[in-house]
Amino acid sequence: MNQPGFLDVISFGPGGWGAALLAGAWMTVLIAISGFLIGSIIGTFGAWAKISGGRTIRAIADGYTTVLRGIPDLLVIYLFYFGGSAAVTAIGRFFGSEGFIGFPGFLAGALAVGITSGAQQTEVFRGAFKAVHKGEIEAAIACGMSRALRFRRIIAPLTLRHALPGMGNVWQVVLKESALVSITGVAELLRQAQVGAGSTGMPFNFYVVAGAIYLTISTFSGALLQWSERYFSRGVRRN
Amino acid sequence: MNAQVPATTPMALDVKDLHKSFGNVEVLKGISLRAREGEVVSILGSSGSGKSTLLRCINLLEVPDSGDVTVGDETIRMQRTRDGKSRPADQAQVERIRSQLGMVFQSFNLWSHKTILENVIEAPIHVQKRPRKECVEEAEALLAKVGIAEKRDHYPSHLSGGQQQRAAIARALAMRPKVMLFDEPTSALDPELVGEVLRVMRGLAEEGRTMLVVTHEMGFARDVSSRVVFLHKGLVEEDGRPEHVFVNSKSERFKQFIKG
Ligand SMILES: Nc1ncnc2c1ncn2[C@@H]1O[C@H](COP(=O)(O)OP(=O)(O)OP(=O)(O)O)[C@@H](O)[C@H]1O
Ligand SMILES: [Mg+2]
Repeated sequence: MNQPGFLDVISFGPGGWGAALLAGAWMTVLIAISGFLIGSIIGTFGAWAKISGGRTIRAIADGYTTVLRGIPDLLVIYLFYFGGSAAVTAIGRFFGSEGFIGFPGFLAGALAVGITSGAQQTEVFRGAFKAVHKGEIEAAIACGMSRALRFRRIIAPLTLRHALPGMGNVWQVVLKESALVSITGVAELLRQAQVGAGSTGMPFNFYVVAGAIYLTISTFSGALLQWSERYFSRGVRRN
Repeated sequence: MNAQVPATTPMALDVKDLHKSFGNVEVLKGISLRAREGEVVSILGSSGSGKSTLLRCINLLEVPDSGDVTVGDETIRMQRTRDGKSRPADQAQVERIRSQLGMVFQSFNLWSHKTILENVIEAPIHVQKRPRKECVEEAEALLAKVGIAEKRDHYPSHLSGGQQQRAAIARALAMRPKVMLFDEPTSALDPELVGEVLRVMRGLAEEGRTMLVVTHEMGFARDVSSRVVFLHKGLVEEDGRPEHVFVNSKSERFKQFIKG
């Protein structure tokens, strides 16, 4: 058999790596979306804690963002993966099983990405809330809106308007960070490219294709973000 | 035409002995103020005399340290926390009473992500839970009344200050409030836009709306209000009919104030 050509290698036919790479891309998107959602939820609470929490709650939130800014993201993934594995192994032993049990890599990855991006989202949301014109919130209070209604109808959309550009940046970071999750063995895009590179001996080709796929994902999601930025900026005067 | 009402008319708003401090600074030192249904009460006073704080304590945008606020026949129930701070006892009651007090701010405060129509129907639909169709019809009538019917689908940022303030008045009216609170509604406006807002407010006075108006517009206070209240350093220094107080007030400070 001849040395297969580049196109054969990434094809979807038998012996091609197309399907595997696509599955990896899908896994990358799933990790990034889960991590981003977890981060957004953490960011919402973090911003709330920093804006209107008592002294203790504020200190906890400050501690969280400071620590997460200071340690490498790869280390956070290690901590979750090995910490999680140690925990489930201990639980397994308690129920009588022998040996090491691996913590699901996807879960560890999504949590780690969520926790690190949550620290960034906290700052994004806090800054965005600060930029909201306080009079608009007072008007909502003055007409008798409850706290929940106010948040849903006025504060959240106005905060999002200011937060979306920052959230877009966080999303791009999260997408790239999802590649770090490959070290846990989750079959995401970079991991699949590594496997393909190893088994065909064509590393450069595989990494170029992986790069192109990353770029495609970030271009499409960038367009989506721009659309929502426009939507939430309705009513803003542009000069 | 000043809006005078018979002495038997029921009270719409009754404020008793309101106190409010910020830190060590006592801004309201025991303010009592009443408005019967259909009365227009102008609140005058120099900068820092506590006019805004008074209005904001009435709808609990600020929590008064002590004193009673009664709207119609319902008094806002307050309680004390363990460290002696005052706070509302029943948040749902506060929200209900707020929805009966239409507030108009100096800086309009329209919701910038909603069109003018959406601004006007927002609270009637979501706070009062009235049917959308009814709210839209009423909103359109109100926008026509304040003269900006054709702006219904515009965003606030595309309106002039005068138009925004009239939209804010329509938004407040849409709640069918028992009392309207105005905090210097024309102070942020270019001089040529003041008239259109004052005209709308005059119209409201004539149709018998109960209004509390913090203003520097002496003409409005003199010609439209049923009573003029003059605040000085957190106390009511003068309270009477405009035709009395503008002519023969006993307060030197008030005489000084209206001379300008
Ligand atoms: N949230 C606050 N915190 C601290 N001090 C405040 C606060 N709000 C008002 N004050 C102070 O209370 C005093 C009265 O303020 P207020 O806004 O009620 O005056 P005003 O009569 O409305 O004045 P103006 O005509 O300038 O609007 C001022 O000295 C002001 O600095
Ligand atoms: Mg004021």
